[in-house]
Amino acid sequence: MDKIVCTCGNVNPAGTELCESCGRPLNQETKEKKLVDMRYEGSARRSQTYNKTIIDKIWNFFSSVKVGMWIIVSILVAAAIGTILPQVFYVPATTEADIAAYYERIYGTFGKLYYELGLSDLYSSWWFQTLIGMLGISLVIASLDRVIPLYKSLKKQQTKRHISFLKRQRIYGIGEIEASNESIDKAEEKLKTMRYKVKRDGNAILAERGRFSRWGPYVNHTGLIIFLLGVMLRAIPGFYVDETMWLREGETLYIPKTDGYFLESKEFTYETYSKEESSEVFGEAIDRVGSIAKNYQTDVALYKGADDAVAGKPDELEFVKDSSIQVNKPLKFDNFSVFQMDFRLDELKAMKFQLQDKETQESFGDFTIDLSDPQPIYELQNGYKVEILDYYADFTGFEEGVPQSKSPLPNNPAFLVKMYSPEFPKGETSFVMIKETLEPLGENKHKIAFQSVETRDVSGLTIRKDLTLPILMLGGLIFMIGVAQGSYWNHRRIWIQRLEDGQVVIAAHTNKNWLSIMKDIDAVSVVANLPKYEDQQDLDSKAEKGEGV
Amino acid sequence: MAQTKKQRFYIRTVILVVLTIAIVFTVYSNLTKEKNAVLQVGDKAPDFVLVDMDGNEHRLSDYKGEGIFLNFWGTWCKPCATEMPAMDNQYGVYKDLGVQTLAINIGESDLKVNSFVNRYGLSFPVAIDRNKSVMELYNIDPLPTTFLINPDGRIEKIIKGQMTEQDIANYMDQVKPS
Repeated sequence: MDKIVCTCGNVNPAGTELCESCGRPLNQETKEKKLVDMRYEGSARRSQTYNKTIIDKIWNFFSSVKVGMWIIVSILVAAAIGTILPQVFYVPATTEADIAAYYERIYGTFGKLYYELGLSDLYSSWWFQTLIGMLGISLVIASLDRVIPLYKSLKKQQTKRHISFLKRQRIYGIGEIEASNESIDKAEEKLKTMRYKVKRDGNAILAERGRFSRWGPYVNHTGLIIFLLGVMLRAIPGFYVDETMWLREGETLYIPKTDGYFLESKEFTYETYSKEESSEVFGEAIDRVGSIAKNYQTDVALYKGADDAVAGKPDELEFVKDSSIQVNKPLKFDNFSVFQMDFRLDELKAMKFQLQDKETQESFGDFTIDLSDPQPIYELQNGYKVEILDYYADFTGFEEGVPQSKSPLPNNPAFLVKMYSPEFPKGETSFVMIKETLEPLGENKHKIAFQSVETRDVSGLTIRKDLTLPILMLGGLIFMIGVAQGSYWNHRRIWIQRLEDGQVVIAAHTNKNWLSIMKDIDAVSVVANLPKYEDQQDLDSKAEKGEGV
Repeated sequence: MAQTKKQRFYIRTVILVVLTIAIVFTVYSNLTKEKNAVLQVGDKAPDFVLVDMDGNEHRLSDYKGEGIFLNFWGTWCKPCATEMPAMDNQYGVYKDLGVQTLAINIGESDLKVNSFVNRYGLSFPVAIDRNKSVMELYNIDPLPTTFLINPDGRIEKIIKGQMTEQDIANYMDQVKPS
C-alpha cells in the first residue's frame, strides 16, 4: 500500500483520513462530510489495508472494538450462568460420582444438565479462561493500534491548519474583523492566562490544554492488563495457596503447603452474648434464636522445623510465636494467613473408668484413657491392673466376631480389656463400650464402670497466601487513575488563523464538554475581536428538527 | 520513521505469539493445578524420617539404590487390612532382592498400631506419621495409597486402593535393582 502524500507535502501512512500535519481531508469520503471524525485525529488507526496475511487478519480481529465488546458480553453472560446453581467448590461432595448425584438430587433434570454441560465448574473451564485471555489480547491490541497513531498525529500536528480541516470542526466561525493582527496577539495572551499551551506560527495560533486526558483510556487498559496478569500468576505454584485443616486442642500438626511450619492448638473458645451484658442490642434476637455468637477463637502456638529438616521428625520443632486466631484476625507468618473458619465442639478426648466388683460395686481404682494415645497397661493399687488389648475408635459392631471401627475418630470408642486382680491373676476379658459391656469369654466378677469423659474442641482453619494481591491492587490503582484522567480532564484545542484574504477563522475541538470550550472562547472574545462561531453539530440537529426528520 | 511491511508483520507476530503463549500457559496450568499439587510419577520422592514400632529410624534417602514399596494405611481401613498379609509375604521374598517395604500409619495411637501389627504378624517396618507431615508431603488420599520408588529415588508408580498379592509381587519386581 502506498503512503498518502498531502498537498502540504507531509507523507501520511496509508489509511489516514486527515493529514497529520495540516489537517486536509485525504479521501473523497472525508471530503464529502461536513464535519470530520476527530476521534483518533483521522489517523490510520486500523490498517484494514494491510489485510493480506493471516497475522494481519488476526490482528484486525482483535483490534476491533466491536469484537472486544462481544467478548465482554460473552464473559458477562457466561459469568451470570455460573451463578445460577452453586459451583462445584461449594458442593458438599468430593468424588465425581457424588457431585453428579448431588446436582441431580437437589436440582433435578436441570441440575443434571448443568453438571453435564460443565457449568458447575464454569470459572475454571478452559473456554471461560480462554475468553478472559481473548479479552486480554483485545485490550492489548486495540490499545496499541490506537494509542500509537494518536500519539504520532498529536505530536506532528502543525499550528497552521488547512481551512478544509478548520471548516469541518464542530465549532467554527469565519469573518472580517477590525485590527485582526492585534486581536490575534490579544487572544494569544488571554489564552495563556487561561492555562492553554499556545503555539504561534505567523498568523496562526493553536491553543491546547489537557492533552494527557486523551491517554486516559489507555492508562485504564494498562491497569486492566496488569490486573489480568496478576490473576494469571495465581496459576504459578508458590503464588497462591488456599488450604484447610482441622486441628484438635492439644494436637500439633503440619500446616499444609507451608514448608515446615507446624501449628499447635492450645484452646478453642466459643463465646456467646449473655442477656445481661447486651440485652439492649441483642436482647430480642437472643429471645428469638437462643444464642448469638460473640467470639470464635483458637489459641495456637506456631512452630517451625529446622531448615534442613525432613518431614516426619516431630522432635526438632522450634517455637516461633503464640497467637490467638479470631474471625478476621488471622495468624500471620511468611506471607501466610491462618484464618478461623469452622469448629466442632466437644469431641471425645479422654474417658475415665473405674474397676469395680460387679456385685458390691467396690472400687479398685480409677484410670483415664487418653483416646488419642491409649496405654497398654493401667496399674491400679493392690495388685489390680487393667490391660487394653485393643481399641476401636469408631466402633460399628462385629463382623464375623471381629470388632469393627469405621474411622480413626473417637466417635464411639470401644475397648477390649483384660482385668487383673489377686483373685484372677490370668485376667478376665471384657469388651467395654460406652453404654454396654460384653463378656465374650464368660461371666466376670469384675467390671469396668464408666465414670466421665473429657472432651476437646476442634478448630477448622483456612490457610491462605496470595502474593498476587499487590499486583491486583496496582492494576486497580492504575485502572482508576486512567478513569480519572479521561473523565475529569478534557483535551481542548482552539485554532485562530488569519487567512491570506484577511478573514479570520476560529475553530475548536474538545473530546468532551463542549459548553466549557465555548465559554473559554467567549472569555477570549471579551478581550479580543473574534468572528462569531457556531456549533455546527447543533445547527445540524436544529435543521433536522426543522425538517421534521 | 516509516515502518516497512515486513517490520509490521514481525512485530505483530511477536506480540500475538507472546499473548497466546501467556493464555495457553494460564489455561493449561489452571486445568492441571490439581494434578501439579500432588506428586507425580517421575518426580523425586521427597525425603522423610520416621521411627518404626521397634524404635528404628527409617530415612527414605538412606535406601538409595534399593527399590521401595511405600504403603500408607490406617487400622480402620478395610482394604488396608486385607492387603497387609500379602504385603508381608512379598516382603519376605523381595527384601533380599533389594526391595524395602515401609508401611506408614496416618496418625493413630501406638496401642492401636501395635495390636494391628501383632494380629497380622507383620514383619516389615511399620511407622506412625504422628503430625501428618509425611501424609501432607505425599498428598495421601485415599487410604490405602502405595508409592513405588525406584533405586534412583524417583516415583515409579502411585497405586490408589487395594492390591492383590499378584499386583504386589509385580510392583515390587518393577523397582527391583538390576
